[in-house]
Amino acid sequence: MDFSFTEEQEMLREQVRSFLASEFPPERIAELAESGEGWDPESWSTMAELGWMGLSIPEEHGGAGMSFLDECVLFEELGYGLYPGPYTSTIGVALPALQSAPAVLELIASGRARATFAGAEPNGARTIEDTDRMTTSAEPDGAGWTLTGVKEPVADLSIATHVVVSATAGEGSGLWLVEPEDNEVTQLGTVDTTRRMGRLTLEAHPATMLVAPGKGDHVLTKIRRRSDAALALEAVGVAQKVLELARDYVSERKQFDKPVGSYQAVSHQVADTYVSTELARSLAYWAGWSVAESTEDADRAAAAAHSMAGEAAVSACERSIQVHGGTGFTWEHILHRYYKRALSILQFNGTPAAQRAAVAATLLGQ
Amino acid sequence: MDFRDTPDEAAFRTELRAWIDDNLPGGWRDRAPTSGRMDESVSRVWSKKLYEAGYAGLTWPKEFGGQGAPYTHQAIFLEESARAETPEHIGIIGLGMAGPTIIAHGTDEQKSAHLAQTLSGEEVWCQGFSEPGSGSDLASLRTKAEDAGDHYVVSGQKVWSSFAHIADYCILVVRTDPDVPKHKGITYLLVDMHSEGVEVRPLVQITGDPEFNEIFFTDVKVPKSNVVGEANAGWGVAMTTLLHERGTLGFALTARLEVLVGKLIALATETGADADPLIRDRVAQQWIELQALKFTNYRALTTLMKTGVPGPEGTIAKLHWSESNQRLGKLALDILGVRAQLDNEDSDWSGFWQYQQLRSRGNTIEAGTSEILRNIVAERVLGLPRSR
Repeated sequence: MDFSFTEEQEMLREQVRSFLASEFPPERIAELAESGEGWDPESWSTMAELGWMGLSIPEEHGGAGMSFLDECVLFEELGYGLYPGPYTSTIGVALPALQSAPAVLELIASGRARATFAGAEPNGARTIEDTDRMTTSAEPDGAGWTLTGVKEPVADLSIATHVVVSATAGEGSGLWLVEPEDNEVTQLGTVDTTRRMGRLTLEAHPATMLVAPGKGDHVLTKIRRRSDAALALEAVGVAQKVLELARDYVSERKQFDKPVGSYQAVSHQVADTYVSTELARSLAYWAGWSVAESTEDADRAAAAAHSMAGEAAVSACERSIQVHGGTGFTWEHILHRYYKRALSILQFNGTPAAQRAAVAATLLGQ
Repeated sequence: MDFRDTPDEAAFRTELRAWIDDNLPGGWRDRAPTSGRMDESVSRVWSKKLYEAGYAGLTWPKEFGGQGAPYTHQAIFLEESARAETPEHIGIIGLGMAGPTIIAHGTDEQKSAHLAQTLSGEEVWCQGFSEPGSGSDLASLRTKAEDAGDHYVVSGQKVWSSFAHIADYCILVVRTDPDVPKHKGITYLLVDMHSEGVEVRPLVQITGDPEFNEIFFTDVKVPKSNVVGEANAGWGVAMTTLLHERGTLGFALTARLEVLVGKLIALATETGADADPLIRDRVAQQWIELQALKFTNYRALTTLMKTGVPGPEGTIAKLHWSESNQRLGKLALDILGVRAQLDNEDSDWSGFWQYQQLRSRGNTIEAGTSEILRNIVAERVLGLPRSR
């Protein structure tokens, strides 16, 4: 039994943290969050050069052949640094569907491609595995396929080069790869402008089949499991950062001649944040390891971690805003941006209640 | 990172599981899930068996009757004991608090007089810390010990003392110097509970059980050879006891919660409450919180094994366990619905859940109130300014 990251993984963590601290200070994040594009494309190439894109991609496709656990370090640190860019969408969500597309894996490893997954629909499917209500359809077209349908909301759609799309054909649901044209992509207004959402409108758009119709469920489960774990880690990073902001602020800020952190009504909220963050961290690491090792428990570990870490991140932000007083409620302060990310993580791919329902099914039967 | 047992851990687990199977009292597995109350005679027999098989004091040094085993073995022992719902060792206070304190600060004479006897269950311990006027503010204690040459004469009252009615010895903190700042006039004593002048009175709790006791000391003679550490330096020794109380508690409490979550699932299934989505959500939440506690304990274990110093996880575990256990009790009553008002033989499960729920209210008070634990997290872990 060993519950620690390796020395190499800890070095990676240090590297990511210092990169984000120097490249993305709060004012830079605010600037990007309010910009048209919403991110800094330069950062993507730098991160690829540092080897962070191909961590788990096999060496023969330009990656480092390491494990999901190494990527977990990235998810957590990118949450801590509130990185505005499609790392989680590409590596945390879309990657398992691209195993049959080595050319795309190579592009991702070298930083020339960014991917996302399009599953949800405006009036139908809400979660990754919700294929019963899916209306997007795939038609054979000569040697290839075409896709028709509307997908919304799709995370990081406007900055992704490749989109994994779930659709149905005769034999059931499958997955296809699409490189959308500009006119097929609509950027939607989002609460969290560091992770924007879009609408993908496809009309007989040419597509490459990744997973055959009727064979998609297994891969969709993999995507869901992986994204739940990745988002749980990101949530832990968010919670840790806003905990530190709260700790520092209440230690400095004085009222009635004493630091406000000496009042238990304030300090106990910060203590509670610490406790729930550490509990969520334990679950997130367990989920990360379980997914990396494909253990029997991986699905429910990931669902459990996402539900608890998502809620921990949201309440960490809420308590942090509260103990910052009026300052924490201003647009100028970074806190609201973390809060909006936490809210986005919470609802991503189904609510915590839906994740708990999945856990309940393993304990109590369907 | 690897959550699997190492080959050594796996071998230990297999061996232990077989031993438990072979040694559980006859009919133990088929007994009714009647109550969470300890059965003293069963525990005494079980303690002796554990000691003879080398499962008591796994992490204690061999010279004191332990096994010198790594902490992971202790964790596995607690997990497997919980899984099989074995009886408990009679020496909860001795194993978790008195023993480790004597190992850390005791004289050779004290070690040979008490350690092996504690592991075997021959000597049962209780704790004399809290007083009617000194709860969270332990250092304000007033039980006094007057210097009478080769011994002290102890007078005063202690309270909330589990096992005192069956205890042979007490770890007692007393005031030996009233004229210095409160932390500096305290001495730590080992007191023979069979001495003249010791009176134990049961204190009935909201469950109706006298699980705790009051202890009255009237001119009790305690030899000076029973001082742990130095005279007037007992505060530091007491802190060792409390560190161990919280340090080793996490695993034991989580293991106990695991048993209860299993029973809760059985209750939801047998009552048909498992068809209710709101109940399902709450059952899942209890299970998730249990996993979070379990893996937080593992993380603490890794810190302890790598650095030799326990991290703050024990405090986290106690804080969260107590609240999770309270929610679980209330969830069970919600599942029973109107029948939750019945009790004892007239209720389903013979009052098991009614007892659990009432007993759980003590969890956020005993072994450090949640308010004190939050102060510890705020001030010692996060470094926030002191509140007093």
